[in-house]
Amino acid sequence: MKYILLMNAPKAGFETYRAWSQDDVQAHYAVLQRINKELSESGEFVSTAGLNWPDQAKVVRAGKDGAPLTDGVFPESKEFLAGYWIVDVETPERAYEIAARISGAPGPGGIALGMPIEVRRVMSGPPEELL
Amino acid sequence: MKYILMMHCPKTGYDTFGAWPKKDIQAHMAFMHSLNKALRDSGELVSAEGLDNPHQAKLVRAAKDGEPITDGVFPESKEFLAGYWIVEVASPQRAVEIAAKASAAPGPGGVPMNMPIEVRQVMSGPPDELQ
Amino acid sequence: MTPAPLDSVSEQLLRELAPQVLGAVVRRFRDFTSAEDAVQEALLAAAVQWPQEGVPEHPRAWLIHVASRRMTDFQRSEIARRRRETAVALEADQLAPAVDVGPEADEDDTLILLFMCCHPALTPSSAIALTLRAVGGLTTAEIAHAFLVPESTMAQRISRAKQSIKASGVPFRLPTNQERAERLRAVLHVLYLIFNEGYTTSGGPQLQRLELSHEAIRLARAVHSLLPEDGEVAGLLALMLLTDARRAARTGPDGELIPLTQQDRALWDQKEIAEGVALLTATLSKGSIGAYQLQAAIAAVHDEAARAEDTDWPQVLALYELLKRMSDNPMVMLNHAIAVAMVRGPSAGLELLNALDADGRLAGQHRLDAVRAHLLEMAGDHQAAIAHYQMAANRTTSLPERNYLMTQAARLRESTTGATADVKPTNP
Repeated sequence: MKYILLMNAPKAGFETYRAWSQDDVQAHYAVLQRINKELSESGEFVSTAGLNWPDQAKVVRAGKDGAPLTDGVFPESKEFLAGYWIVDVETPERAYEIAARISGAPGPGGIALGMPIEVRRVMSGPPEELL
Repeated sequence: MKYILMMHCPKTGYDTFGAWPKKDIQAHMAFMHSLNKALRDSGELVSAEGLDNPHQAKLVRAAKDGEPITDGVFPESKEFLAGYWIVEVASPQRAVEIAAKASAAPGPGGVPMNMPIEVRQVMSGPPDELQ
Repeated sequence: MTPAPLDSVSEQLLRELAPQVLGAVVRRFRDFTSAEDAVQEALLAAAVQWPQEGVPEHPRAWLIHVASRRMTDFQRSEIARRRRETAVALEADQLAPAVDVGPEADEDDTLILLFMCCHPALTPSSAIALTLRAVGGLTTAEIAHAFLVPESTMAQRISRAKQSIKASGVPFRLPTNQERAERLRAVLHVLYLIFNEGYTTSGGPQLQRLELSHEAIRLARAVHSLLPEDGEVAGLLALMLLTDARRAARTGPDGELIPLTQQDRALWDQKEIAEGVALLTATLSKGSIGAYQLQAAIAAVHDEAARAEDTDWPQVLALYELLKRMSDNPMVMLNHAIAVAMVRGPSAGLELLNALDADGRLAGQHRLDAVRAHLLEMAGDHQAAIAHYQMAANRTTSLPERNYLMTQAARLRESTTGATADVKPTNP
């Protein structure tokens, strides 16, 4: 069963992150790389990605004539997706376990960030034939 | 260049959708089906997924011992990711164009919804400035 | 110079020979993990050399020869490595390959392979991956695409599955009579799972996607030809054929799910139905009875009805009554309840569902709500039916199913005069 693990943060969170020391950034990524490697070895890895900074984010709507209207203004409280993992696991509990590992990745000073990770089921997979 | 196009909804978004007239639900689904087919045919679709109902979402973080804590509570106002497209396109403009198409999906009464689609670039490494 | 590609006939030949070659090499060298790698190398060598030099006169022997050479090389370097580290006594038969064996033993080897790949010690996804690879002869890339995971992930799954088999010390021989029933059940279950995965998802790009259900049918045919007397093997194959026959009618033009009772039966594959029915008849006439045979019989009753309203529901019900006795699968209970409703009326079916409320295996799942909604609609309790369709829609993890359930709720809402969307379910 496929789950997506979402790491969200408000804009302020990204600003804080930008100010991390190079060592802290590397330590953080090293842990995430290790998690990715383990997931690859366990046969559970589907994909992972980081997204570009929220100040690059656009919101697009179809305008009246169908042409795109883009807007870069967001409410202060909005949480932005920083990155995600998609894993293929045997149980929901395993997905939570992986999410907890990601949550435990270190931040400044090597202390675990403890970011809450949103876990959602990806709705792929076959339906049954309905009678 | 890879972009993620995200469709968000409030916690009760799926309930709202479910309350539409039947033919409007069907028209919306047919639209998405044919949009995805077009993106497949053009070779731009990397993946398109729907996520499960926000009522099922879990917020997970690690306890001190690393065990997952799964009872995190989402803010009432939170916008949940309902589904996304990941597209591989020649330019940012093309990503915006596709987002506009998705935004124009029909809603109640068959009227284009012009829903906001968040467009973010998917990075292959850490975001700019951290490299 | 890029090598010429293998033509499709030779490709087919390689796929058919792969499990036979693997079986022969494992039998000789007693090392499934390395044998699998060696056979893959031999297949690669064939794919490169045969287009240039032509298919050899004895292709299977050629492949066994090449794979065996790889194995000997590997073992020699293993021996050298171990000598460098410590002296370890090796079993005599690892150094002296067994005498080559004739065609009958090759057939047994495919079966042994299948039993190994579906060993109960493996998780279902491991068994599926390994079976498709070692017995199905599919490439890792093909299997990865079919399951929408990266190739490296699938390669790891297969590798770990092989390690599990090595660690569990499964001997390379057919199961004993005592083990056989359980081990065969595991094999059939894996094939059934592969078949069910076959409904293509809407999630990914349209790559050269393998039809997993056809692969499952192919493998079931192979097992049936190896075990022609086994009723459950025939039953599973019949079930697959009778279900696959309806494939074209299952989805509408916009990707929507169409339930069996509403499918356009002109789109059903009559040839497949005829084959499934013939297989089933032959099996049942031998007097054996089992869960797959019963499920196939039920599928046959549906498939033989010219129109939905012609379905012999009393026959379906009788078959579910039998099936209930040999399976405590809650899905069987749910389908049984539907059959009861069709024969004795919806209240009778709903009563049975109440008994299932306590079944932990159905808790939090959508199926109970979906069936309940269907029966409530039959009973005329539209408000409650709408609520349960909505509850089921909220919980399903399949997108086409969710869309279907939402559409049902909407349809019912519109057909019910004065209906409102905010209804509390009668069974919380």
